[in-house]
Amino acid sequence: MSKKKQRSYSQDIVGDSIHSIQKVIEPPADTSSRILKYLLIGISILFLFLMLVLPLVVVVVNALRDGFHTYVEAVLDEYSIKALQLTLLATVIAVTVNTIFGVFASYLLSKFYFRGRQFLATLIDIPFSISPVIAGLIFILTFGNVGWMGEFFYEHNIKIVFAAPGVILATIFVTFPFVFRELFPVLNAQGKDEEEAAALMGAKGFTIFRKITFPHIKWALLYGVILCTARAMGEFGAVSVISGHLRGKTNTLPLHVEILYNEFNTTAAFAVSSILVLLAVLILIARNFVEWKKK
Amino acid sequence: MEQQIVKVKNKKGVRVIPGFGLSMGVTLTMLSCLVLIPLISIFVSASHLNFQEFIEVITSRQVVSGYIVSLSCAFFAAVINAIFGMLLAWVLVRYEFPGKRIMDGMIELPFALPTAVAGISLTFLYSDQGWIGSLFAQAGIKIAYTRVGITIAMVFVGIPFVVRAVQPVLEKLDRQYEEAAMMLGAGRVYTFFRVVLPELFPSLLAGFGLAFARGIGEYGSVVFIAGNIPYKTQIAPLLIMSKLEQFKYSDATAIALVLLLLSFILMFFINSLQIYMQRFHKV
Repeated sequence: MSKKKQRSYSQDIVGDSIHSIQKVIEPPADTSSRILKYLLIGISILFLFLMLVLPLVVVVVNALRDGFHTYVEAVLDEYSIKALQLTLLATVIAVTVNTIFGVFASYLLSKFYFRGRQFLATLIDIPFSISPVIAGLIFILTFGNVGWMGEFFYEHNIKIVFAAPGVILATIFVTFPFVFRELFPVLNAQGKDEEEAAALMGAKGFTIFRKITFPHIKWALLYGVILCTARAMGEFGAVSVISGHLRGKTNTLPLHVEILYNEFNTTAAFAVSSILVLLAVLILIARNFVEWKKK
Repeated sequence: MEQQIVKVKNKKGVRVIPGFGLSMGVTLTMLSCLVLIPLISIFVSASHLNFQEFIEVITSRQVVSGYIVSLSCAFFAAVINAIFGMLLAWVLVRYEFPGKRIMDGMIELPFALPTAVAGISLTFLYSDQGWIGSLFAQAGIKIAYTRVGITIAMVFVGIPFVVRAVQPVLEKLDRQYEEAAMMLGAGRVYTFFRVVLPELFPSLLAGFGLAFARGIGEYGSVVFIAGNIPYKTQIAPLLIMSKLEQFKYSDATAIALVLLLLSFILMFFINSLQIYMQRFHKV
C-alpha cells in the first residue's frame, strides 16, 4: 500500500515537472490558436467516434436487440462453443510458436552480425505484407489435394487442409512476425555490450539470456504476445480459405459470425461478435496497461 | 532510430556471445517450415501454368476490374488515412485535453477487433437501413455495396498505421524551428507545410504505404460491405476466394501471384524510401 502511494507520489512530481517545462516552452495561446485547437480535437473525436466507436455500439445494440435470453442462447449455442474452443486452441498454439520464434530470431538478428542479416529480416516480414487470402491459398497449394505435398499426407491419412491443423497453420503464418517486430527494435537499441561482458566473465548462454537479455525485453515481449493474440484470435481471410467451413469442426469464431450473418441470422451473428468485441476491448486495455508499465 | 550493429568481432574473429548456432538453427528452421516452404508452393504451382492461360486469366475483364477496385479503393483509403492520421497524431501529441489517454488507446482498435466483426458492423451501419446509411440514402447516396463502402472499410483497418508511424516522430520534433518560423513572420499554415511537414514526411509516407498495402490485401472487413457485384465491387482477394470455391486452383494461383507481386513491389518501394530518407537523419 505504502509502496503504491510512493510511486504515485513520485509520478506526480515527474508529471508536474514535465508540465511546467511545457508551460514555459508553449507560447501564450491567443484566441485563434485556441479555436484551432478545439476544432482539431473536435474533428478527431468525430472521426474516431464515426469510425471506431459506432461500429462497436452497433454490435452491442444488435446483439441485445431480441432480448437477453436470445443473446445467451446464441452465445451458448453448441457450434458457438466449439468455434470458441478452436479459436482459443489456434490462438494459444500460434502465440506460443511465434513467441519462441520471435525470441530466437530477434536475439539472432540483434546480437550477431552475419551476411544476409538484413535479407533475413525482410523474409521474416513477408507474412505481414501478404493478403490473408493468399496466406490461406499457399497452404492449400502445399498440403491440399492439388499440392505437391498433398499426396504424402493423403497416404498417411493426415488431414491438414479443411481440418484443424490447417486452421492453426494459417493462423501461425498470419501472425508470424508480430513478436519479432516488437522485440527486435528493443534488443537492437540495447546493443550487445552487456552480453559480451557477461560472456567474457564466463556466463553460460541461458544465464546470459535470463539475467541480461530477458529483463530488457520483458515488457516488449508481453506487448508482442498481446498483439499476436489479438490478430490470431480475429484472423478471418486465411482461415476462411483453408477451413472449408465445416460447422463444429473447423469453424473459428470469426467464421461462425460469417456463417450466421450469411444465413440472415443477424442477431446471432452480432451476439457471437460481441464475444470477440469483449476480447478485443480486454486486449486493448491490457495493451495500454503494458504501454504504461513500459514507461 | 535503429542502431546499426557495428561489424566487429573480437580479434580472433570468434563470436563472444554464445547461442549463435542455436538461434540461427531455430530461426531458419521455423522460418522455412512455416513461411518459406508454403510460400514457394505458389511459385511451384504457378510454374505448372501455361503461359498463355496465365495471361488469359489475369487479363480477363473480371480480374482486371478486381485489381482496379482493390488498388483504387486502397489508394483513396490510404490518402484519407494519411490526412486523418496526421491530424490524430497532431492532436494526440500537441494538445492536452480530458479523455486524451482513452483516445490514444482506442487507435489500435482496428488491430484488435476481428475483421469479420468490423465487416458486418460497418455493413449494418452504412446499409440503406443503417444508422448512417439511411441518412445518406435520403440524399440518394448509396454507401454499402459500392466502392465508397469498400473505401470506408479500408479506412477502418488502416487507421492505426499512419497515426503510429507519425506520432513518435512528432513527439521528438523540436518546436524551436516552428517558433523561429513564427517569429520570422510565417503564418501558421505556412509554418506547417514548410517546417513541420517536411520533417514528418518520411514517416507519413511509411504509414501511408503500410495502410495502402493492408488495404490491397484486406478481406474480412471489406467482403461484407462490398456486396460482391461483378465488375463493380469485386475486390481481388474476393476473386481468389471465389475461384477457390469453384476449385479453379490454377486461376486462383494466377490472380494471387499478380497480387503478391504488386504488394512486393509496394513493400520494396517503401523499404527503399525509408533507407533513402534515413540517410538524411543519420548523424
